[in-house]
Parts: sequence; C-alpha cells; structure tokens
Amino acid sequence: MGNLSGMLPEFGQLALIFALLVAAIQVVVPLVGVRRGQGWLMAYARPLASAQALFLIISLVILAYCFVVDDFSVAYVAKNSNTALPTAFKISAVWGAHEGSLLLWVTMLGCWGLAVAWFSKSLPLDMVARVLSIMGMVSVGFILFTLETSNPFERNLPSMPQEGADLNPLLQDFGLIVHPPTLYMGYVGLSVAFAFALAALLGGRLDAAWARWSRPWTMAAWIFLTLGIALGSWWAYYELGWGGWWFWDPVENASLMPWLVATALLHSLAVTEKRGLFKSWTVLLAIFAFSLSLLGTFLVRSGVLTSVHAFASDPERGVFILALLGICVGGSLLLYAIKAPTVASVGRYSWVSRESFLLLNNLLLLVAAFAILLGTLYPLIIDFMGMGKLSVGASWFNFMFVPISVVLGLVIALGAMARWKADDLKRLGSETVAAMVAAVLLGFAVPLLADGTMNWKVLLGMGVSFWLIGATLVDVWKKARGRLSRIPQLGLSYQGMVLAHLGVAITIIGVTMVANYSTEVSVRMAKGDSEMLGDYRFEFVDAGHVEGPNYVSDAIRFRVYDGEREIALLQPEKRRYNASGSIMTEAAIDVSLFRDVYVSMGEPLADGAWGMRLQVKPFMRWVWLGAIFMSVGGLLAMLDKRYRQRKNAPQNNAQANTAQEVTA
Amino acid sequence: MHPKRKKRLTLILFMVLGVSTAVGLLMYSLSQNINLFMTPTQIASGEAPVGRTIRAGGLVEPGSVVRDDSGLGVRFVVSDGMSEVTIAYEGILPDLFREGQGIVAMGKLGEDGVFVASEVLAKHDENYMPPEVKDALEKAHQNGKQALEEARY
Repeated sequence: MGNLSGMLPEFGQLALIFALLVAAIQVVVPLVGVRRGQGWLMAYARPLASAQALFLIISLVILAYCFVVDDFSVAYVAKNSNTALPTAFKISAVWGAHEGSLLLWVTMLGCWGLAVAWFSKSLPLDMVARVLSIMGMVSVGFILFTLETSNPFERNLPSMPQEGADLNPLLQDFGLIVHPPTLYMGYVGLSVAFAFALAALLGGRLDAAWARWSRPWTMAAWIFLTLGIALGSWWAYYELGWGGWWFWDPVENASLMPWLVATALLHSLAVTEKRGLFKSWTVLLAIFAFSLSLLGTFLVRSGVLTSVHAFASDPERGVFILALLGICVGGSLLLYAIKAPTVASVGRYSWVSRESFLLLNNLLLLVAAFAILLGTLYPLIIDFMGMGKLSVGASWFNFMFVPISVVLGLVIALGAMARWKADDLKRLGSETVAAMVAAVLLGFAVPLLADGTMNWKVLLGMGVSFWLIGATLVDVWKKARGRLSRIPQLGLSYQGMVLAHLGVAITIIGVTMVANYSTEVSVRMAKGDSEMLGDYRFEFVDAGHVEGPNYVSDAIRFRVYDGEREIALLQPEKRRYNASGSIMTEAAIDVSLFRDVYVSMGEPLADGAWGMRLQVKPFMRWVWLGAIFMSVGGLLAMLDKRYRQRKNAPQNNAQANTAQEVTA
Repeated sequence: MHPKRKKRLTLILFMVLGVSTAVGLLMYSLSQNINLFMTPTQIASGEAPVGRTIRAGGLVEPGSVVRDDSGLGVRFVVSDGMSEVTIAYEGILPDLFREGQGIVAMGKLGEDGVFVASEVLAKHDENYMPPEVKDALEKAHQNGKQALEEARY
C-alpha cells in the first residue's frame, strides 16, 4: 500500500493520459456516427464525455492530495507549497501557478462537457454528438498542451527537497481560492457556446431552436465570467495594498474582452431566438468570444506579457498555445466562411426597433472589446518589431472605454423597451420623458451636492445611471400594468433582464463616484499622530507585532473618527513570510455601503514612524454589487421555463420544424 | 436599386465608415497616450525628452537610497550597469522595492537630470525582473563589451 500511494503522482498523470485518449475517441466516434447516420455511434458522445470528465477530476484530486500531504517529490508541489501553509491554501495552491491552473482549465472543460452530456435531454442526438465532438477537440488540444509542456506531476527525483518553496504570499488569500476557478469556469464555459455554434454550422441548422439551446449555456458561462472579473477586482483592491480596483493590466483586459463579446453574444442570441435574425452574426460572436478567452490564456500563460523575448527564449509553451489558437480561430472561421453564406436570415425590422437597438448595443460592445484588444497588443507588436518599449497608460483605456459605456448605458434602456420589428421613437420618448427629466436633474444635483463644483464626468455617469434605472422601472411598471402584484408574473427571463440592467447602472454609479470622489493621502505617521482626510480623522494608536501561522508582521492600530464619533478600529499589517522572506502589505478596510475607509502601511521610517496610505472611497462596494445584480439576473433568465422543455413536447417539435422550414 | 439592397448597402456603408473612424481615432489617441521606456544610458546621453511623461528603470544602486528626515520624500539611483540616473519620489514605495532590485518609475525628467517619479513600480513576484530593465541591462552590457573591444584595437 505504501508503494502504491507513493506512486500517486504517476496515477494522476495516467488519468490525464486516459482523459486524452477518451477525448480523442469523443472527437471521432460521434462525428462518424453523424456522418453515417448511425444513432448508436452518436450515442457514445455522452458516456465518453462523462468518462473524460471523470479522469480529469481524478487527476485534479490526486494533485490536490499531493499538496495536502506535502509530497515535495512532485516538482510543482515543491515550488508552490510548504509544510507550514494552512490546508485551505495548500488546496488553492493547486491553481497557484501555471501547470496546476492548466490542469484546472482542462478539468473544467471536461466538467462543462459532462454538464452538456447530462442536461441535453431535449436536444436531438446528432446535435449532442457534434457539440461534444467539438468540445472533445478543444480538450485534446489542451490536455496535450498540459502533458507536453506543463505537466504538474513531474517529479523532483532522485533528490527531493525537504521543504517546499512556498506559495506566493499574494496568493495566500481567500480571493485566490475563489477568483481563478470562477474566472476559468467563465472562460472555458464559452467553449460550449462555441461548440454549439460550430455544431449548428456543421449541421446546417442555425435556427431559433439552436439559439434557444445555446442561450442558457452562454448565460451560465457569462455569469461565471462576470463574477470572476468582479472577484478579481475585489481581490486586487484589498490584497495589493494600493486600493486600486482596476488597472487596465493586460491580465485584466484578457478577462474583460471575452466578457464584452459574450455580452454581445447573449443579446444577439436573443434576437436569433425570438426573430430568427442575426444568425451568422451570432455564430461569429460565439467564435470571437471563445477565441478571445483563448487569447487571454495565451497572453497570461505564454510569458509573452513578461517580455516578448521571454517568449522567444522559452518558446515551447507560447508556440503551442499560439498554434492551438491559430487552429481554433482559423478552423472555425474557415468553416464559417464555407457554411455561413448558406444561412439566410428572413425577416425585416425597421430602423427603430428592438433589433436595431440590440444591433447598436452589439456594435458598441464590440468596439469596446476591439479598443481594449488594440491597447493590450500594441506594446507587444511594437516591441516585437523592435521599435522600442512602451506602455499604454490607463488614461487611454479610460478615454476609450468611458464614452462607449455612456452611450451604451443610454441605449440599454431603449433596447429593453422597444418592440420587435418596428417601434416609434415618439412612443419611446413619451414613455420615458419623466425618467429623462429626472436623470438630468439628478445628474446635475449629485456633483453640486457632493462638493459644489460642476464635474461633467459625474454628471454623465450619474445621469446615465439614473436614466437607465428610471427607464427600466418605467418599463417594468408598464409591463405590470401599474400593479406591483403583477411583477412576479412577468416571467423569469424578463425579471432577470431588469436585474442585470439595474446592475449595470449600479456599477456605473460605483465607478463614477469612486473615480471622482475618492480621497487619498500618503503621510509619515508615528505613535500618537493624527491625520485628517475630509471629515475623517485617523489616529495612530500603537504599533505591535503579530505572529501568523507562516508569517510575522508589524501591525499598527488606528482609530478612525467621523467628526467626534469613533467609527472603526483598523489594524493594517506589514507581513514577512518565513519561507520566502517576501514582504506583503495587508490593508485594513472599514466597509460600508456608501464608503470604504482604507488604511495600508508603507515602509518603516526612522524613529518608529511609518509611511501610511489613508484613503476614503465613496460607493466602492457598488462597483461589485452591480456585478452581483448582473449575475443574479443572468441566473434568473437562465432558469426561465422555456429552456426546460422536454424533447417530446409536441409544441417544441412543431417549433423546431417551422424553424427548419425557415432556414430551408 | 432594389430597396432591400439599398438598405443593406447603406447599412454596410455606415458600418465601414463607423469602423474606419473608430480605428482612426483609436490609433491617433493611442499615439498620444503611450509612455516610452528610457534606459539610464539613453537618459544620460540626452536621448530622453525633458518634461514629458516617460518611464525609466534599472537596478536600484545599493546604498543610494536617501530618505528625507520628515515626510515621505526619497531619492535613489538606478543603473543599467553603464549609466546612472537619480530618481526623486514622494510617497510610498512598493513592497518589493529594495536595493539591488529592478524597478520601473513613471514620471518626468527635469532640466537638472533628476527624474521626478509620480509612480514607482516593482512587480509582485520575487523572481521577476521588469522586462524593460532586463533589456536595458543586456543592451548596456553589450554596448560595454563593444566599447571595450573597440578600445582594444
């Protein structure tokens, strides 16, 4: 038994190899079945997807086990863990670095395949076969990548270290336990939307039924992506010690781009489902969304961000992902070029209609994504061409992104209100005139009440948010025909949309307020010193030491007063991790709905004084609260009952038939 | 022209127009918003623009960090092995700032040759050397070798 458990890492690798083989079979067998029209071959898709997921999960669990029992003979464990590390962090260390996070990536891909296999009872068998076969292709590529270039089970033999090097202290945190898996679920989940789009292209059935199948999956991936981005922002905010919550860092951009395109995709899918329009556009968006999440993986994982030269000196990983990206994007676009012209969208809509507004929304989201892509890749391209080193500042991204968001905010409410096919601007105007007036008045009022000066950025941000909230509520009121009791009958899909749109407004309010009214001071303070920041007084009470499980820290106690009233006792720390000797700032934050008080320590100065960073950030929580609203809204929409129709329900078949006639 | 085609054509024209304006604006504003990276050697040789926001970096010279007696002012010297530049900064330095470590500073070069930083970055990874700094060190190293070889002949 002792020998067997000593061989666990080899079993983990073996499970990964089995998963690769099963995935390869999953690619071929169902497709052959579709080709020959043999149902029994197609039926293999589901059990194969389940088996693949099972092997991947076994592999991941074994790696986690190696971390828990401190098996430092495994090189990856030795590099990223330590006996003194708390168990929860040992488990999250699994995805703390490159190799393990890739294993997590492929395991999640397997789990999405598993979910498709289980929750696709209402789908025709040939569709299931094609979707799972395509997902199998993605799996094959990435499991191969993991095994070839980034095997987490590689051994440190024969000389194994007695102690591990420790996990990067920044990552020893609750945020890291939840943020990467959530984000990865989103990235990888877009592969389902991608597989559905390609399957529909292959099978020549881009119809309303396809859009209806694809929508809940896309929504699920989008929810994870939304939460993942918000968690990342929250983590950076409290863990990096500067109080910044978005840096336009390439890694952040890599997550925002697929989110923007996935958002466009969700809205385009709505048009395809309801009206049978925008079909090829929807397919293209599904391809873009997944390609961007692959690009994100490439950017983050290839080392190209550290330096173009780092990429050239250790090309194996980068070239492999680049090749995967090329095959995936090139192959799917080729398929699109061949198949899409046969897809005709039938139906008309006027310039003023929900279709037009959603098209505009799509264009805005895409332009935003493109701008971010350009800003992210520009330094890399310039560097690659040997034209020097440069960086694109956050101001540029803000300059691009903020105006687009404002226009988008204006359009969102109109798109949600407008009727399909044709509507009337006068009608829309007369219904929303109250919301418009209120938005303008409140937009002017907020900056004047806040500090008495007319800040046009605040006016725009708050005006758009109030307009979005007002118009959305007007629409709810109209649809409920003036009775609160009718709101629950409006349908989960509609309620979800309303919540998500309110979430957008909440986030814009948060961003506007925190970006324009945050106050900050960096100051030298010693025991007994007080510092004023706005109405808040920060008092340095005393300094001391704290012993953590694997670190020691200097800590300072601060009393924070609002006027005369004490509102918080904060204790920021400066930690020194024993194993690596790295220093880390642990900020102390007093959280409330309308403002955060943020205190973090800089460096120790002479005579027991410290450099301190004191901040007051109004409406900080709203930035992430909006994301929670969006996610809950997405969840409601996903649970709408029309996605849970049974395969043999006569109504469903009838719809599928008419839809096929339309495409024919 | 068929009305449907006409509509489609207008739509496509609008899209092309929109996309090209967007790309044009993007590229223009991008060219206005980039921050060039300058090595200490480039700064010493007068290549770096004075009074414009640029980035500079190198290894912090051991023993060069001088703090003000009061306040948060600090001065230090960064080097790429060939040349040095003095950086002045007022504020809190990042956790990974220490002597011998590679850093990148964002700020403006003054007339007196002192680089006044508004931001000092050291990446949050022990093994990580900012790519620009690594590049600068390599370049300086190569130039140094070249100069040495030229001197020999």
